Amino acid sequence: MKFKLLVDRLAGSFMWILVLVSVLLLIVIGLGLYIKSIPILEENTLQSLLFSSSWSPMKGEFGFLPFLMGTLWVTVIAIVLALPVALLTAIFLTEYAKPVIKKYFFPALDILAALPSVIYGVWGTLLIVPFIADRLSPHFVEFSTGYSALAGGIVLGIMILPLLVSLMIEIFSAVSVDYREASWSLGATKWQTIKRVLLLKTSPGILAAVVLAISRAFGETIAVLMVCGNMPIMPQSIFDSCYPIPALIANNYGEMLSLPLYESALMFAALILFVVVFLFNVLSRMVLYRIEKKFNI
Amino acid sequence: MKFFEEKVFKVLMYVALLIVCGVVLSIVYTIFSKGWSAMSWDMVSKLPGGGFYIGKEGGFLNAIVGSLMIVGASTVLGLLISIPVVFYLNIYLKRKSKLAYTARLVYDILFGVPSIVYGAFGFTIMVYLGLKTSLLGGIIVITLLIIPIFIRSMDEAARDFPRDILDATYSLGATRYQTIKVVLRQIAPGIATATLLSIGRAIGDAAAVMFTAGYTDSIPTALSQPAATLPLAVFFQLSSPIPEVQDRAYAAAFVLTVLVLILSVLGRYFTNKFSKNKL
Repeated sequence: MKFKLLVDRLAGSFMWILVLVSVLLLIVIGLGLYIKSIPILEENTLQSLLFSSSWSPMKGEFGFLPFLMGTLWVTVIAIVLALPVALLTAIFLTEYAKPVIKKYFFPALDILAALPSVIYGVWGTLLIVPFIADRLSPHFVEFSTGYSALAGGIVLGIMILPLLVSLMIEIFSAVSVDYREASWSLGATKWQTIKRVLLLKTSPGILAAVVLAISRAFGETIAVLMVCGNMPIMPQSIFDSCYPIPALIANNYGEMLSLPLYESALMFAALILFVVVFLFNVLSRMVLYRIEKKFNI
Repeated sequence: MKFFEEKVFKVLMYVALLIVCGVVLSIVYTIFSKGWSAMSWDMVSKLPGGGFYIGKEGGFLNAIVGSLMIVGASTVLGLLISIPVVFYLNIYLKRKSKLAYTARLVYDILFGVPSIVYGAFGFTIMVYLGLKTSLLGGIIVITLLIIPIFIRSMDEAARDFPRDILDATYSLGATRYQTIKVVLRQIAPGIATATLLSIGRAIGDAAAVMFTAGYTDSIPTALSQPAATLPLAVFFQLSSPIPEVQDRAYAAAFVLTVLVLILSVLGRYFTNKFSKNKL
């Protein structure tokens, strides 16, 4: 009798340790990257690292601004393109769609979510890049290779679609039918209810979902690496090539041990990604948890 | 008038739906049509021969086997670590436990950490330990990468676990630990879904293994040897200027897509079986 209680206790402690270790992993990752980026932080001020645009590792100049701007451009384009599509899709699926449509549509979203980023990259280089180079950009600029911020933004936008849609569906379904019925009974149409009740009620959740999607877009590597062109310059238009931070890390890991401070610089780049993703995730998850709690009970 | 706006937006919604479906079809069609014409039995059954990267004969069996090794090992490891964690969070801890809240938040954040960061982190650890890029490094990093996915999706299944069943087992004199058999049986479909999701993510990840597993033309025979992976095979071969080599990238992309599609369909099947009336 005592024995099984002992087992219970022991198993409990063992699992507790597993939980603790896995939770600590987050701190260890952050700390590890920070320790690795100390050398470059000692050589340069944070301002010069973040706001200088001269990047030449050979001379020991590490200005991350072009890469930050590259990331910003592709992320903004991705969100601008994906948000309306995701919102409309989610509203349709929760408010209007018949079960049949859901049955056939969800697998499509599944596929979109499941496809590896390298596949998106291949698709981007085969379709989006030539499309931009041959069809789209001649109307606006003199010349573009197609490997551009816009290509990265389009590919990223599609990659974050499934995440946005599934989060929004979750948020919309959390709003109880009572709200909708109250609105309908006042003579509001279905669309008016969606606009004035549903969207208003869920606006913090939608914001959280967008922030989460942004942080996902931030860290996406291989796909943007394949379609963005990777030139360490400040993009002047969406048809210019750009060089997001993850692409920088992935492209240079091979030679980073050969130059002084280069490794540290790349680890600092990873640290930037980590910190941004960490903050965005904490904020948006807390909002989402609260929504879940408020509507579920 | 008030219906006019609704009509407009409804049209827009159909447009959005069409865009999503169109994109899915376009991606699958592009990969399949490009990949199928480049496919041959040699591709999936042979190692890269001499001069493979200038368009001579060979296949990418090394990448397929490497991917399977990494994915298989890290899935097993991931299961071994995440099942106890999920069990502890849901059975040992109380509903309102602070630890459970924090832990779930942390797993959600870890889920959001980009794989390139895992890769960079894994790389620093390996440099610190004096390890070279190897199968072992790849397995460890991919395990870390998929643990949050495992835990998150299993936790979702375990949270709906009916409390009555727990009470029933307790009343029969079972300890919390002994209920694990009952719990595991109940959430088995959830575990299956979680496993498929994790495999899907693990097999498609390129950024993390690029740092840690490296790339090689042979099949690794020891944990300390580097291993090739499918996504990297696609990536490296596509960056070649030679059309024949690029064709192989399409063929590798085709194999990868087929694998992922199978996993996705299976996953949807288990989810439907598990929750019939859930959205």
